[in-house]
Amino acid sequence: MRSASVNSSSPTDQSSPLPQLSIRNVSKVFPGKRGLFNKLSGKTSRDFVAIEDISLEIEPNTFVSIIGPSGCGKSTLLNMIAGLSSISEGDILLNGAPITGPGPDRGMVFQSYALMPWMTVEENLRFAVETVDPTLSTKGANRIIKEYIQLVGLTGAERKHPHELSGGMRQRVGIARALAINPQILLMDEPFGALDALTRGFLQDEVERIWEQQRKTVIMITHSIDEALLLSDRIVMMTRGPAARVDEVLEVPFPRPRNRETIEQHPAYHALKAEMESHLFRETRAVEEARMSR
Amino acid sequence: MALSNATTGLRRDSKQISIFHNENVRALIVFLSSLGLFLLFWEVGARAEWFTRGVPTASATFKELWWWVTNPFFDNGPNDLGIGWNLLISLRRVAIGYILASLVAIPIGILIGISPVAYKAFNPYMQLLKPVSPLAWLPLGLYLLRDSEKTGIFVIFISSMWPTLINTAFGVASVDKDYLDVANTLGASRLRTIFKVIIPAALPNIVSGLRISMGIAWLVIVAAEMLLGTGLGYFIWNEWNNLSIPNILVAIFIIGTVGLLLDSLFAALEKFVAFGRNS
Repeated sequence: MRSASVNSSSPTDQSSPLPQLSIRNVSKVFPGKRGLFNKLSGKTSRDFVAIEDISLEIEPNTFVSIIGPSGCGKSTLLNMIAGLSSISEGDILLNGAPITGPGPDRGMVFQSYALMPWMTVEENLRFAVETVDPTLSTKGANRIIKEYIQLVGLTGAERKHPHELSGGMRQRVGIARALAINPQILLMDEPFGALDALTRGFLQDEVERIWEQQRKTVIMITHSIDEALLLSDRIVMMTRGPAARVDEVLEVPFPRPRNRETIEQHPAYHALKAEMESHLFRETRAVEEARMSR
Repeated sequence: MALSNATTGLRRDSKQISIFHNENVRALIVFLSSLGLFLLFWEVGARAEWFTRGVPTASATFKELWWWVTNPFFDNGPNDLGIGWNLLISLRRVAIGYILASLVAIPIGILIGISPVAYKAFNPYMQLLKPVSPLAWLPLGLYLLRDSEKTGIFVIFISSMWPTLINTAFGVASVDKDYLDVANTLGASRLRTIFKVIIPAALPNIVSGLRISMGIAWLVIVAAEMLLGTGLGYFIWNEWNNLSIPNILVAIFIIGTVGLLLDSLFAALEKFVAFGRNS
């Protein structure tokens, strides 16, 4: 899987900012129940169009946030990029090759952390590293595991099980696991959604620090405007579902490395924030109204 | 400053609270006093002949218990066997039947749980056979096997299989989708996913199935042995024929204690595989 994507990445060298990931006219339809059996039992339902005709180009080494009202299909889009969910129409190309299934060229960070409770921190990373590269020597695996535990600041907690860690520490493990397989793209599905506000801010700073070191392409789903502004190079704003589309893509011009105090001084900060707020407010209100009149 | 004062104040308070406010201490007191009352009622009632004639006193029963427990291993023929031998005979039957049942139930449960089609297809069998009383299998076993020893093991086998099978299949079928997504995004093979993710994830369910099965096996053996000739169940049956009520009570107490120990063993095992999950 990995070697295939390395080969196909050669066109990238010809002119530098070619997209690493192209999403081309992608739609997702969840088919309704229309079979004979369902007709007999009176349980038919219509097709549900979650996402309609989304196109997006993502250049290498950019941090992209996807923001939108609840239930707009953000996670569906991310799962399609991850290869966990099938693509109904259109194509998603990674370095020019269409995505057909999940693979270790994309690392995933889950909102629920998705750590194996029976494995220690170290074993969780080892499972990922050894699954992706079974030929790796124990020594080589140990070196990688140590490096990434250090990167996320969990040295000393290697032998602990997830239930002995705080939510913030668990998500650090989740991030370390996703990065330890050295993916081309890091996918994060509301990575801080389950954390309290203070831990969330702390972990956002950590992600900013790690991103400065690694500069991987990141696609992050978020509900938080501040989070998106702190971390992203581009912010993709989606409309409400069903048939969600990309409404607008904002460029975030703040210089890096960033921290939350200095970005607020930037002249563009308040205009960007106001624009995002009005977009989210409008979409969320429309969702609520649609729900009431249904 | 105020905070530290408050915490020290709290600590001083908790020191002054008497040990009788501890929930465990209070539960122990209630337990001991209710036990004392019960034994007193039994002793007085038996002496005053409030119950059916022939009911032994508590003290006589305890004397018997002490005698059986201190002389567990003697052998004066099948109808006069030490309780230790009978216990070992019963435990051996349970162990063979139960281990065989587990060796069949766990792999089949995993296979059924992995495939949604198999789960739906085989669920009716499991649901139908689960509520059948273990003793209903006894005549069938005797007819098929023509041997009382094998029939005992067969009944244990067939009746302790279902909880493990059902729990294993359920545990495997309901593994958190996030774990499977992790394995998928890493590109883990099907076999690696099964052994490294699905089975460990289902282990709490498997162990609680094993625990229920063990409870059933221990319940069943006593009933089955009444018809078989040796073991604790036969001991009770034999003492009934001798009309020795104290010995029956002794056997009930020993069966209960052994059952309790076996269950605690599995409770500890459940805790060991839980890793913070509550199931």
